[in-house]
Amino acid sequence: MRYLPFGDAAVLVEFGDKINLEINRKVTALSEAIQNANIQGVEELVPTYRSFLARYDPMKTTYEQLVFHIKDLEKTTSAPVAKKEEGSEVVIPVVYGGEYGPDLGYVAESHGLAEEQVTSLHFGKAYRVYMIGFVAGFPYLGEVADEIATPRLETPRLKVPTGSVGIAEKQTGIYPCEAPGGWRIIGRTPLKLFDPKLEPPAFLRPGDTVRFKPISESEFKLLERNQRKALPEEENK
Amino acid sequence: MKALQVVKPGLFMTVQDLGRYGFLRYGVPISGAMDTFSLVAANLLVGNKQNDACLETTFIGPELQALVPMQIAITGGSCSPKINDQSIPMWQTVNVQEGDFISFGSMKSGCRAYIALRGGIDVPLVLGSRSTYVRGTFGGAAGRHLKIGDVIESFKVSLIKTQYALPDELIPQFTNNIVVHVILGPQDNMFTDEGIETFLSNSYKVTLESDRMGYRLNGPVVEHKGKVDIVSDALLPGAVQVPKDGKPIVIMRDAQTTGGYPKIAVVVSSDLCLLGQAKPNDAVEFSRVTIRQAQKKGNEYSKMLSSLDQKLKAAC
Repeated sequence: MRYLPFGDAAVLVEFGDKINLEINRKVTALSEAIQNANIQGVEELVPTYRSFLARYDPMKTTYEQLVFHIKDLEKTTSAPVAKKEEGSEVVIPVVYGGEYGPDLGYVAESHGLAEEQVTSLHFGKAYRVYMIGFVAGFPYLGEVADEIATPRLETPRLKVPTGSVGIAEKQTGIYPCEAPGGWRIIGRTPLKLFDPKLEPPAFLRPGDTVRFKPISESEFKLLERNQRKALPEEENK
Repeated sequence: MKALQVVKPGLFMTVQDLGRYGFLRYGVPISGAMDTFSLVAANLLVGNKQNDACLETTFIGPELQALVPMQIAITGGSCSPKINDQSIPMWQTVNVQEGDFISFGSMKSGCRAYIALRGGIDVPLVLGSRSTYVRGTFGGAAGRHLKIGDVIESFKVSLIKTQYALPDELIPQFTNNIVVHVILGPQDNMFTDEGIETFLSNSYKVTLESDRMGYRLNGPVVEHKGKVDIVSDALLPGAVQVPKDGKPIVIMRDAQTTGGYPKIAVVVSSDLCLLGQAKPNDAVEFSRVTIRQAQKKGNEYSKMLSSLDQKLKAAC
């Protein structure tokens, strides 16, 4: 483990330099332990694939003091062994291919598979939420089967629609809002992954387990409509 | 209370306060004023709280019409503000009558100006802040920059009796050559000694690809040791990333919260407001300090801010 200064008001704690379940579990466990310990001066924790950032108030603590506290907690914190000790299991409905998944054809072709084989490999597996980043509520999920791992687009799209489900190398992820992006888009979910009016605002959190469920276009439209109805009136305008 | 109507929106005018803290783990950037000192000063000059929401303008100022008698203060980049074509001072409390038009000339120094209204701008708190985050389409005025015809509301409070002026020695001077202090790391070990030397001893030009998300810089190539990517980790405003092409990118307040380029250094907190006034073609130099030196600077800055309120009262 490495402790690194990140400017004058944050510490970066690195557990490794790989995308790896064991490393990510340690990240989740220790950052949660720090959260629960209410260490003086700690403002927020940002867990990622293989490190976490602890932002602190330099008027309340110092870099050295904070590193000392974290090292102390590290001794008494062990990563959970069984999966069920961690976050919740979430099912995300996805309509694959067509206008909803413009890159499904490319992913299939580049691996010599039929489109149906790609989708069943994608929904046939449970994924861990490794981190939330990029834009508000974007979950980085891993890892997809080697047979469908695909590099990003050479030139990113300027606009990827809300709900798009993509693949980038061995990661899969969901765009919670319209954003530029280079992931290979294979489908779309009607589920709203981020709502700033809720606490917490993101539907998923690091450590959760995600399964995708294939749905038809008409189910997509129905779910999308129902979700809209459930929202407060101002959003229906 | 309806306070101002937008006659012309200028280039990119948004509602900002000091930022949205505590949600980075959900991918929500800090947002908030690019030049927090100018925002705080504007608020104090109209008797507001430091964190009240103001208008942030970029380069080309707006034209606004007052819907009620009010008090404003304009701070930040030197932007030649006027009321009904009469010049008005910046960094002071200014009384505005109902029906007055507030307009701006060209930006002579800096890049962003702040307009505080007595009482603070009344938009809903979203995740604890009134700051606009345009990409996420939330915060501020309906999650977007202001448009023609928008009505800006403020909280109704009584006007202040004295007009304040910021003491001259506290008014920042924005030049085209900006020196910011940095702390090396967290990934400075991914650069060669020559690369770090290049970064610290040259000046870098701010390019046109610069906005509230970040500044792309142009200048001598900063050499990586080997690998040019990292497994994505967290970002904060002030982080200086160096992608494959060796040209630094400084992360600013609306940036993505994670990134896969190594970070050679991070700009110290108290220099971020200076950087927030940088515009295309400005030159930026990075000067190395230790954490302790940076925190000392930060403490002095905080003390200066907290004594500003008293100073303003004493000055009038």
